[in-house]
Amino acid sequence: MSAAEEVVAEGHAAVEAVPKRAMTLGTSTSIVVLLLLIAVPLFAKNFVIFQLTQLLYLGLAVLALNILTGGSGQFSLGQSAFYGIGAYVTAVMMEQFNIPYFLCLPVAGVVCFGAGFLFGQPALRLSGVYLALATFALATAMPQLLKLNFLEPWTGGVQGLVVTKPDAPFGLPMSQDMWLYYFSLVVVLAIYIFSVNLLRSRSGRAFMAIRDNEIAASAMGVNVALYKTLAFGVSAAITGVAGGLSAIAVQFVAPDSFTITLAIQLFLGMVVGGVGWLPGSIVGAAFIIFVPNIAEGISKGLSGAVFGVLLFLVIYLVPHGARQITIVGQWLTNNRTKTGAWRP
Amino acid sequence: MQLLVNQVLAGIATGAIYACMALAVVMIYQAIGHLNFSQGEMAMFSTFVSWQLMQWGVPYWGAFVITLVFAFVGGVAIERILFKPLAKAPVLTNVAGFIALFAIINSSAGLIWDFTIKQYPTPFGSSPFLGSQLISTHQAGMIGVTVLLLLGLYFFFQYTRIGLAMRAAASLPESARLVGINTSWMIALGWGMATAIGAIAGMLIAPVVFLEPNMMGGVLIYGFASAVVGGLTSPFGAVLGGFLVGIFENLAGTYIPGVGNELKLPIALALIISVLVVKPAGLFGRPIVKRV
Repeated sequence: MSAAEEVVAEGHAAVEAVPKRAMTLGTSTSIVVLLLLIAVPLFAKNFVIFQLTQLLYLGLAVLALNILTGGSGQFSLGQSAFYGIGAYVTAVMMEQFNIPYFLCLPVAGVVCFGAGFLFGQPALRLSGVYLALATFALATAMPQLLKLNFLEPWTGGVQGLVVTKPDAPFGLPMSQDMWLYYFSLVVVLAIYIFSVNLLRSRSGRAFMAIRDNEIAASAMGVNVALYKTLAFGVSAAITGVAGGLSAIAVQFVAPDSFTITLAIQLFLGMVVGGVGWLPGSIVGAAFIIFVPNIAEGISKGLSGAVFGVLLFLVIYLVPHGARQITIVGQWLTNNRTKTGAWRP
Repeated sequence: MQLLVNQVLAGIATGAIYACMALAVVMIYQAIGHLNFSQGEMAMFSTFVSWQLMQWGVPYWGAFVITLVFAFVGGVAIERILFKPLAKAPVLTNVAGFIALFAIINSSAGLIWDFTIKQYPTPFGSSPFLGSQLISTHQAGMIGVTVLLLLGLYFFFQYTRIGLAMRAAASLPESARLVGINTSWMIALGWGMATAIGAIAGMLIAPVVFLEPNMMGGVLIYGFASAVVGGLTSPFGAVLGGFLVGIFENLAGTYIPGVGNELKLPIALALIISVLVVKPAGLFGRPIVKRV
């Protein structure tokens, strides 16, 4: 069984069991989560708000990877490259050309869509580990490319670029952090709704058909090459927007922020959140932001080891990630109403 | 001309190390079908163990042998304790496991031996080899040890019962089990051997890159590149891929203007992508034919 097939088999079993709700939370749960996301910053300190913003944009990047891997079955360790491109496009436009930040994000998305689509072309022939390695190569090359001499007038070379944090518009009585949080929330929500609809649309079903069985999909008339590159492009575009948000929030871009480590974090976020389950992206992002801090708290010298052990615990206890909690929940409710036949 | 020969020989010497790493990667890939992202850290840890032994006064070759035994046992133990429970888990979970192992080993090595750079002795000396200006004794030694290792592995897999059993378990696990081969232990054995091979690579490269917890990062990437260029299903291809990548890396660094040391890595990686696009299974790999 090839690597991609295994991913697929895994996602497939769960998706079949709960067709409608597999990718999202129920309506009521969604509203509760949304209200929480709106309310929490009103009572939090600026630093906490900053961390929540971080949660939003990293969650968005994990979501993008989830569309690629959970949706179309392709595997990428190169997301940090698209994230970096998005961050740099935003930073360069804001600082060198004085373009307002909300206009930079769509441009970052479009540029990254192009980059992803182009990278998707050679990647078409690869699957499983080979694709992982090719994308891994992209991720390792990116910091070096950002340091290139002839780009230095725009990118600032090794030093990077400092980005000005935007103020709240219309004289709203909000701190910059809080404004940025709500701005990010709106962007993330819009993209989340777009993603859910995308995966439920004709294109989304084409992605999943390819994921489940490429040959069968092409026999049914799905243009495999087009949809595979499209999945790459969409995923890269969303990652780029996430990178742009991060550039504004962190107020700084430098080549070494976009190394393979970032790509690995995003990957871990996806696994912990549950492959193919979009709301899990935020849970995964929380894992990669907060667990290293917890590990540091337990032991300074051994923080990496503690992180590794915690990660092992997660994959032993809940191999499907956070998604497993909802699977179990749905199984319980189904059993009670005697309608479902899902067995773990 | 002198420069060209020099660069090619140096490329072969580093290529020998990449070949060892690629071989270790391929051995685990054959056994369990996953790329081991923590291979480099396992090699680094073994190298530190040998260094510690030498600090305690054990002579080089004594430390070498003890380290190989340690690495073998350690590899088997990691498979039994950590990865056997994950055998049926999806591939992404396994990758996460490898990353976790990477973090654990890297951080522990840093705590035990700290992150300062340490000198590592070479058993061959660093004088020019046989009075020639082209290659140093250590480089010649690296090539020699790798060639010996390869010959040993070849004979092991080709002419011993247990080597045959391992090959059977890797290619057709179901049938191998039917003829009485304990496939589960064959996998553990593969892990042990891969870890030992990695340890050899680590101990050979340590005098060149110096000893520190992050020393294998670059080497592992080149090892992956070599394995992929040669074909993940072919140990022979992996070795040849190692030498090719070593030579290519050195020549690109020397002759392509604007590459230098900075862009060597991206260039090597561009090589992987180009090879994969032309031959998706690598130069010597078997393409996998699937039945619908």
